[in-house]
Amino acid sequence: MTKLIVDGKEIDVPAEYTLLQACEEAGAEIPRFCFHERLSVAGNCRMCLVEIKGAPKPIASCAWGVRDCRPGPNGEPPEISTKSPTVKKAREGVMEFLLINHPLDCPICDQGGECDLQDQAMAYGVDSTRFHENKRAVEDKYIGPLVKTWMNRCIHCTRCIRFATEVAGVPDLGAIGRGEDMEITTYLEKAMGSELQSCVADLCPVGALTSKPYAYTARPWEMTKTESVDVMDAVGSAIRVDSRGREVMRILPRVNEAINEEWITDKTRHIVDGLRRQRLDKPYVRENGKLRPASWQEAFAAIAKAVGGASPERIGAIVGDLPAVEEIYALKELMTALGVTNLDARQDGAALDPALGRSSYLFNSTIEGIEEADAILIVGSNPRIEGSLVNVRIRKRFRMGPPPIGVIGEKADLTYDYDYLGAGPDTLAEIVSGKHPFAKVLAEAERPLIILGQGALMREDGAAIMALAAKAAEKVGAVTDDWNGFSVLHTAAARVGALDLGFVPGEGALDAKAMAGESALDVIFLLGADEIDIAPGAFVIYQGTHGDRGAHRADVILPGATYTEKSGTFVNTEGRVQVANRAAFPPGDAREDWAILRALSDVLGHKLPFDNLAQLREKLYAAYPHLAAIDEIAPGDVAAAVKAAAKLKGKPGDAPFVSPVKDFYLTNPIARASAIMAECSALAAGESREAAE
Amino acid sequence: MLQDKDRIFTNLYGFHSPDLDAARKRGAWDETKFLIDQGRDWIVDEMKKSGLRGRGGAGFPTGLKWSFMPKQNDGRPHYLVVNADESEPGTCKDREIMRHDPHLLIEGCLLASFAMGAHACYIYLRGEYIAERIALQRAVDEAYKAKLIGKGNVHGWDFDLYVHHGAGAYICGEETALLESLEGKKGMPRLKPPFPANVGLYGCPTTVNNVESIAVAGTILRRGASWFSGLGRPNNVGTKLFCVSGHVNKPCNVEEEMGITFRELIDKHCGGIRGGWDNLLAVIPGGSSVPMVPAEQIADAHMDFDTLRNLQSGLGTAAVIVMDKSTDIVRAITRISYFYKHESCGQCTPCREGTGWMWRVLTRMSEGRAQKREIDMLLEVTKQVEGHTICALGDAAAWPIQGLIRHFRHEIEKRIDDYAANPHSDPVRVAAE
Repeated sequence: MTKLIVDGKEIDVPAEYTLLQACEEAGAEIPRFCFHERLSVAGNCRMCLVEIKGAPKPIASCAWGVRDCRPGPNGEPPEISTKSPTVKKAREGVMEFLLINHPLDCPICDQGGECDLQDQAMAYGVDSTRFHENKRAVEDKYIGPLVKTWMNRCIHCTRCIRFATEVAGVPDLGAIGRGEDMEITTYLEKAMGSELQSCVADLCPVGALTSKPYAYTARPWEMTKTESVDVMDAVGSAIRVDSRGREVMRILPRVNEAINEEWITDKTRHIVDGLRRQRLDKPYVRENGKLRPASWQEAFAAIAKAVGGASPERIGAIVGDLPAVEEIYALKELMTALGVTNLDARQDGAALDPALGRSSYLFNSTIEGIEEADAILIVGSNPRIEGSLVNVRIRKRFRMGPPPIGVIGEKADLTYDYDYLGAGPDTLAEIVSGKHPFAKVLAEAERPLIILGQGALMREDGAAIMALAAKAAEKVGAVTDDWNGFSVLHTAAARVGALDLGFVPGEGALDAKAMAGESALDVIFLLGADEIDIAPGAFVIYQGTHGDRGAHRADVILPGATYTEKSGTFVNTEGRVQVANRAAFPPGDAREDWAILRALSDVLGHKLPFDNLAQLREKLYAAYPHLAAIDEIAPGDVAAAVKAAAKLKGKPGDAPFVSPVKDFYLTNPIARASAIMAECSALAAGESREAAE
Repeated sequence: MLQDKDRIFTNLYGFHSPDLDAARKRGAWDETKFLIDQGRDWIVDEMKKSGLRGRGGAGFPTGLKWSFMPKQNDGRPHYLVVNADESEPGTCKDREIMRHDPHLLIEGCLLASFAMGAHACYIYLRGEYIAERIALQRAVDEAYKAKLIGKGNVHGWDFDLYVHHGAGAYICGEETALLESLEGKKGMPRLKPPFPANVGLYGCPTTVNNVESIAVAGTILRRGASWFSGLGRPNNVGTKLFCVSGHVNKPCNVEEEMGITFRELIDKHCGGIRGGWDNLLAVIPGGSSVPMVPAEQIADAHMDFDTLRNLQSGLGTAAVIVMDKSTDIVRAITRISYFYKHESCGQCTPCREGTGWMWRVLTRMSEGRAQKREIDMLLEVTKQVEGHTICALGDAAAWPIQGLIRHFRHEIEKRIDDYAANPHSDPVRVAAE
């Protein structure tokens, strides 16, 4: 700890602090543009200048370490002043320079109202201009379908460049020219090739980079801000949903150090238009092969007729990727009441079994824990598209000093260097037997991490692969008293919650694949299940939000609510319980999903014992206490789960692992309804075609 | 005046051959092994005692700079980088050394590298210096061939020398921008601290020295620190290459004693001022980045670091730019201002935005198309740039303008009055939107 005097106040800070941190510790406010906690220090905006007693000129506090400060002649602690006339003058000077070439277009700028330059100009600027020359004019650049550029406004802080290079791991953004001709651009104005590219719009302190789809649609002060969580993948990023009236206008990231830090993927952010398009806003009933709009009563009557005519073993229910825990619970209660055991939440057929213990299907190391891993083996997963923010963490770990990283599965650009070990189960078996050199690397590591993707589990031999991975984890000592290095990376937001509720086939019952098969069942209830094809024959009830695959196959459609239109619990891949909050209302006749199931249960003669969400949650928490601990991960016995998983029977095949995500931008019905995601998808596909040539 | 026996650069004008044999006859590579055998500390000590101040412009004591290199090797290699990116307008001293006396430089590189424990040295050459690169590379090849440098050389200190050719940017003469450029990145200055002596080239301890500072090292060590420190004036010792250009009868490069008076320098070596001493208007004594000094102050001033600093200017690279009364002094500074606007790297705000602003205001002022109050505004803008930037380019852009306003404010005012009295036919530009 080092003693400092900031504005006459004595403080004690760690020597590795920068002056900016120290000044903030002392309660002083330091303006800044280029500095960002999660990016490298550039020190180029010169807004954070402070004065050190004895130094000939003001210094940039963001780049100056506490240990670089010299004590006074008699050993007095260094004196820093953040409010002296020199500092004030320096800041005013820098602010004036930033403003001379910045257009005066705040009234038409999308950043207006949440602009760092606007705010700081109010606090540190002067009121009039002395600049009577022509302002600089810079051509706008195309850098992709998601980020709109207005380069006249750029203040050259280079945050966007640093984000792209450091966090996103793509070298796409850069600066050309020098001096006042410096311009930020992508190479030959190609679209940025990152799934996190729209974060640069958040980072931009001015309106040079803004969100293209959101352009000119709303002002920040007219929107209601709702804190929520994302369901586009199983990571469960913290988001803020901004809505105006009934409409969600945009989605922004929220800070959650344990999960997404402050980044979100483009899919999370830009599916907003998907929340409006292709929506199911009233119930439908199929008559004479065609769906027609119906009333709730008609729809329920049709269901009651179908269910009444089928025996419980000829009824089944499949849960999709997006429902919240509440409706899964309601559906399970209803099905149990009907005596139905054909339940499954694994549309893709992943070999995940809650019977092995909760820890057998969780990302046990936690996402934050990746930073502590000292050797990483990725099996059957492409984390960059399956859980982009997990990949960001791995990259962050990589940048701290590269640990050995091995990949078994698809050879993809993960934004960091890795050893490509092999394509399929053979390689994993070699790791288990110790024949592979990487086995030694893992065994020698203190905290080895094995990430098991759905690509390895959603196959015929999934259980055998699970057993192999568990054996590998045991063999290399991935699970010890203080380290849980066996981690399953999910792709569906609803998956862990459904597994926690035990939404899997009962003894001798059918799994999802069997249920979807030819004449397997008479009645199938799909709760937002859009990634599975149901064979003709069965009577299909689809409850969901979008006119997607499930709705097209359905005989009765019950319109539900998306994650922004209801309060719902989601459990992320780590097993962290989080709650999404309602930011808007479902369109038309659509209702919250638990309420639909509650109403349906009454018609079916098995009235569920709750009348509101609070009562439902009371029952839910009583049955599954760990779901009551919001934002926490219930501790589990990882060693036992791994031991149980290692005993799974089966013979691994030799087909290579294939990622379950074919198209990052189109993984769920909301994304598939979004025109922006379609554009991104086409762009990405075009690029990969180009690359193949 | 410097006597011929005390000259270090005896082939400055290329009257003799630059090659190894000729250089040896002139004294280069003489007893270098003996000097190395005296040990690292002796060399650094001797350099300190000699009082040599860096010849690149800032005048930082060279021996002291060498002593900043870590004594104990922590596993990282040490590097010497020679700054041959001589781009300061008016300066052309390193050019002559590399053309005609390259072996003094190469020998100096070996001695300096040994003194700081470096086995590799890079010479970063200005992009426009094509002929110099060829000459220097030829000399390096000769030295390798003669086993004077390289692995297992006759001096017993493994040493590799690389000549790196820049792409021609003024900012790459700034030591940290030079290191960035050498690493293959965009030439933009780094934040200091950490200083290059701790974290320099490729993150390793590095010392960056000017060509002249390195090239004189061999001779200083051979002839002794006391010889060098006996020349010149206290705290400003030794000999220095002066590059005199502008309105003198015979512009030249010349090696002279530090602290020679301006009058002596011009009369002895340059054939006097064009049109006589009464015709002298002002002098920029140290390359374009230092403020000018008006005739009456400079005429009998000593050309050394301290005297010129007291005249609110600087010795800089000792590139003396002489301007007689035919000079349009405002336009001259406007042109210099354009140079800095053009060469600003664009990294930090005050310099990026300020240099363009200053140039535009000056352009108007040089025509008289300005208000008198703008003179004070311009001066304030220069103060807003000065000292607020990452590197010294901001200062370098501000100082010439400050010098102009300090000494020739009346000239600007006169011009504004003339313009107001007889406005040109071309319209005054409309204020920016």
